[in-house]
Amino acid sequence: MATQTHDAAADMAHGAASGGTGMPQLDFTSFPNQIFWLAVTLVVIYLVLSRVALPRIGGILAERTGTITNDLAAAEDLKAKAVEAEEAYNKALNEARAEAQRIAAEARAEIQADLDDAIAKADAGIAEKVAESEKAIAEIRAGAIESIQAVAKDTTAEIVTALGFQADEAAVNGAVTDRMKG
Amino acid sequence: MATEATGAEHAAETGGLVFHPMDQFIVKPLFGGDTIAWYTPTNVTLWMAIAILVIFGLLVMGSSRRAIVPSRMQSIAEMAYGFIHKMVEDICGKDGLKFFPYVMTLFMFIVTANFLGLIPMSFTLTSHFAVTVVLALLVFLTVTIVGFVKHGTAFLGLFWVSSAPLGLRPVLAVIELISYFVRPVSHSIRLAGNLMAGHAVIKVFAGFAALTLVSPVSVLAITAMYGLELLVAFVQAYVFTILTCVYLKDALHPSH
Repeated sequence: MATQTHDAAADMAHGAASGGTGMPQLDFTSFPNQIFWLAVTLVVIYLVLSRVALPRIGGILAERTGTITNDLAAAEDLKAKAVEAEEAYNKALNEARAEAQRIAAEARAEIQADLDDAIAKADAGIAEKVAESEKAIAEIRAGAIESIQAVAKDTTAEIVTALGFQADEAAVNGAVTDRMKG
Repeated sequence: MATEATGAEHAAETGGLVFHPMDQFIVKPLFGGDTIAWYTPTNVTLWMAIAILVIFGLLVMGSSRRAIVPSRMQSIAEMAYGFIHKMVEDICGKDGLKFFPYVMTLFMFIVTANFLGLIPMSFTLTSHFAVTVVLALLVFLTVTIVGFVKHGTAFLGLFWVSSAPLGLRPVLAVIELISYFVRPVSHSIRLAGNLMAGHAVIKVFAGFAALTLVSPVSVLAITAMYGLELLVAFVQAYVFTILTCVYLKDALHPSH
């Protein structure tokens, strides 16, 4: 306790010696010193800021704004180009589609023509063949009738002979022919 | 002297509590000795030099890479630049921008000194009236000189409220004149007073930490005060700067 009181007393003495007042802010003996160093400091800071720091930072900010503006413009440009390219692509696609349809239609028409031609040719061939066949059949039929007549006449003549009659060729022929008509 | 005496008496009564909340503000020579001449390197000199180095490191070294995509330091430097630049432009107008380096100097010095003062065992430059009064007088003189140089006697129109009734104008002129001359006083005392009070309160709480029972409360209180002081450190620099801009606007555009 005694020592602390002593300390306090010493502090009081110290305070009285150094300041003379409770607030160091009001110790006017330190004012010239503070004001001098403040002036030096402010001048140094002002020079550093106005000569180096502020122009540099201002430059950086301006540069960044410029870069951003340029980038945005470039992006806009590229976007326009992309839209243009898409349009061109769509146009080309439509053209290609139309061309394909045209080619398909053409091919179809060609094939159809060929087909018609072939069908017509085939029909003609068939008709010819049919006519030929009919002719052959008619011939064959005629031949057959003739043969049958001949056979019938011969047979009739033989039968008549076998029955003991004299076969009159003319009468046999007339009878057979007569019968064959019926 | 008053606080020292009560502190000492208090110490004697409670046995152990010794308060020296103002000792942190004492200006001491760096290299011993008792006398403080105007050129003596003191703790003021030391912390001013540190402030210069911090500002240089932040604004010059931080921006040295000139990166389009900024680093953290460069971001802070750009933020400070943009903050004050916008403030000057918004308040003073485009023609106020030639005062931008000046305002920026004031802001950077005050904000750096305020935050450096929050480092334990450091010295708070801006808690001294010698410093803040000089800063405020600089602003006052700048405003007055710029006002008269730019507008001549028309600058006195600042005190002659032409929108008021004629009979009231002389009365208003006296009030305006007084408020004009009170500006540097309030401008400087606001800054020094805020910082001094906050730092002294922290010291007082720290003094209570010697008592075992109170010390947890004391530590909590110091933490809370420290947070508040961080805010005050920025806000006071902001207030000083924005008032500087407002006064500059008066000098540039004196019409009401």
